[in-house]
Amino acid sequence: MRDEVAIETQALTKVYGRGNTEVLALRDASMTVRHGEVVALLGPSGSGKSTFLNTIGLINFPTSGKVSINGRLVIDGSDAHANLRTFRRKHIGFVFQKSNLIPFLSAVENVRIAMELNGLGSRAARGRAMELLDYLGVADRADGLPTALSGGQQQRVAVARALANQPSIILADEPTAALDSHRGQQVMELFARVAHEQGAGVVVVTHDHRSLNVFDTIYEMEDGVMRKQQEAPLANHG
Amino acid sequence: MNLAYKDIRHNLGRFGLTAVGIGMLLMIVMGMAGIYRGLVEDASLLINRIGTDIWIVQRDTRGPFAEVSRVAPNLVHRALAVPGVASAREFVYHTIQREHAGKPLRTAVLGLSWPTDKGDWLPLIAGRPLRQNHYEVIADQLLGLQLGERLDLGKDNYTVVGITANMISSSGDGMLVVTAQDAQAIQFDTTGEAVRLERAARAARGARSDLGTRQPELLKNAYRPSGQLPAVATPQISAVMVRVMPGFDAQLVADTIAGWDDVSTFSRQAQEDLLIKGTVDRARRQIGLFRVLLTIIAAIIMALILYTLTLDKLHSIALLKLIGAPNTVILGLILQQALFLGMLGFVIAYFMGQYIFPNFPRRVILFTSDLIQLALIVMAISVASSVLGIWKALRVSPNEAIG
Repeated sequence: MRDEVAIETQALTKVYGRGNTEVLALRDASMTVRHGEVVALLGPSGSGKSTFLNTIGLINFPTSGKVSINGRLVIDGSDAHANLRTFRRKHIGFVFQKSNLIPFLSAVENVRIAMELNGLGSRAARGRAMELLDYLGVADRADGLPTALSGGQQQRVAVARALANQPSIILADEPTAALDSHRGQQVMELFARVAHEQGAGVVVVTHDHRSLNVFDTIYEMEDGVMRKQQEAPLANHG
Repeated sequence: MNLAYKDIRHNLGRFGLTAVGIGMLLMIVMGMAGIYRGLVEDASLLINRIGTDIWIVQRDTRGPFAEVSRVAPNLVHRALAVPGVASAREFVYHTIQREHAGKPLRTAVLGLSWPTDKGDWLPLIAGRPLRQNHYEVIADQLLGLQLGERLDLGKDNYTVVGITANMISSSGDGMLVVTAQDAQAIQFDTTGEAVRLERAARAARGARSDLGTRQPELLKNAYRPSGQLPAVATPQISAVMVRVMPGFDAQLVADTIAGWDDVSTFSRQAQEDLLIKGTVDRARRQIGLFRVLLTIIAAIIMALILYTLTLDKLHSIALLKLIGAPNTVILGLILQQALFLGMLGFVIAYFMGQYIFPNFPRRVILFTSDLIQLALIVMAISVASSVLGIWKALRVSPNEAIG
């Protein structure tokens, strides 16, 4: 599976507004992410990072351009070639700046729900959810509601939820913004671990330059234009 | 995983208070149905309980309940002579408002035909039926009288010997049951001064007449009691109740009696219809319309509550969409909560009603059929009310989870 392409975007363009209010958020943004690869997307606020992430996350349509996931063309301009919600559920895990946990579900239930929506039975889902929480070091808080967890614990639960269905792609939008540097470093290392151990393609939008050492590839965006800055051989990470 | 249950568990206090609020609203809707039923039931209660086949009333009147009816007491004997009549009883009925123990006592007085009818058919909850011709009374519990309590009515003093349950007039007043003679005594009671004035007027009228001039000795009779004067009619009764012998056609018997020029006849059903379609009809329709209005208001309030509950969950719904939840999951979350809220409100309404309705001044009767109907309406309202919330939820973009 490694070295196979997880995400490929071709010339993504996104235009907001019309006429005088027209804003070009993405200009021919192209990116390729392989399974097991951890990609950082850097850039100042308003550069188009989140727009790009939402487009490859099948949340927003581009004005033009293509998105292929696991070799399958999913979006072509404003046309969807698959049920996007089902595709998201099966193939993509999301982590956000804020943990975005469902407030009325406990930590373990927040992880379980993703699997149960994907058709896994509740007992099996609970078992796997506990494994994931254990893997992320928050098993002891499994029955706590999000409000009873610290920011770092919430973020790890959110990562567990993103990993629940063993997605081929994990998209993270500034996942360390609400964490201290130590916790932030831990989360970034966690993404790298997941990518390398489970073969997921990981794209992380970040401002945090202290953790760049964990990334295989770094892209930078400015005014909607994407540039590749660095590529490290996957073999380095085993 | 049942998301509706999880959300309710998380917001238990708020959900509980909302359910109590909806429950109170539904209790009023339920109560209106109960008052409506109570009104109809009270109107027909006496007619159904008294057990008669034909009512003989004053010609061209709709008495004795819908309007005043006056017939001669000897009509009982005339009715008994008709082939097929098993029994004929006097019926005296009127409403009075007196004072007892410093409080107003409003009651419908029902006179029983002594000695054929001693009130054995009455729904007694304490005491006994009448055992003597005079000065005994059976009172409905609504009047608040106790067994053995003494009651001044007219010039006489009556003892409460029995207490009934739900013997209520069509206007909701508790009944006092006495013998027909006592009922007439209560109805036609006049003060000593009024009697003296009437006798003086009688003498004056006689003195002005030719008969009084030619036979002045006759004028002495004017000062005798009315009952001793053949020229003065005996007090009239309200109606005569007839039971038809088994095997005889009640309609035929009624038609025979209706052939007399001084009376009209009504079957039991016709009397009931007169009351329900006449006396209580407007109140019945008013309550019916008010009930419809309340149901609509309940639906609007429930829709707003469910919409607000959905708005509070929009972020979670957007998040569910983002992680790939199909619309059926989101629809189920809102619909299940709406139905649970409606049903919980209904149960609360029912149990609150059980405690509160018996304290209402008039009877509130909850029929099982009405409760089932209301439960179905509540379910329909719950589903309809959640439409607004579902519409909003389905329009939410997964983007909103990202902020």
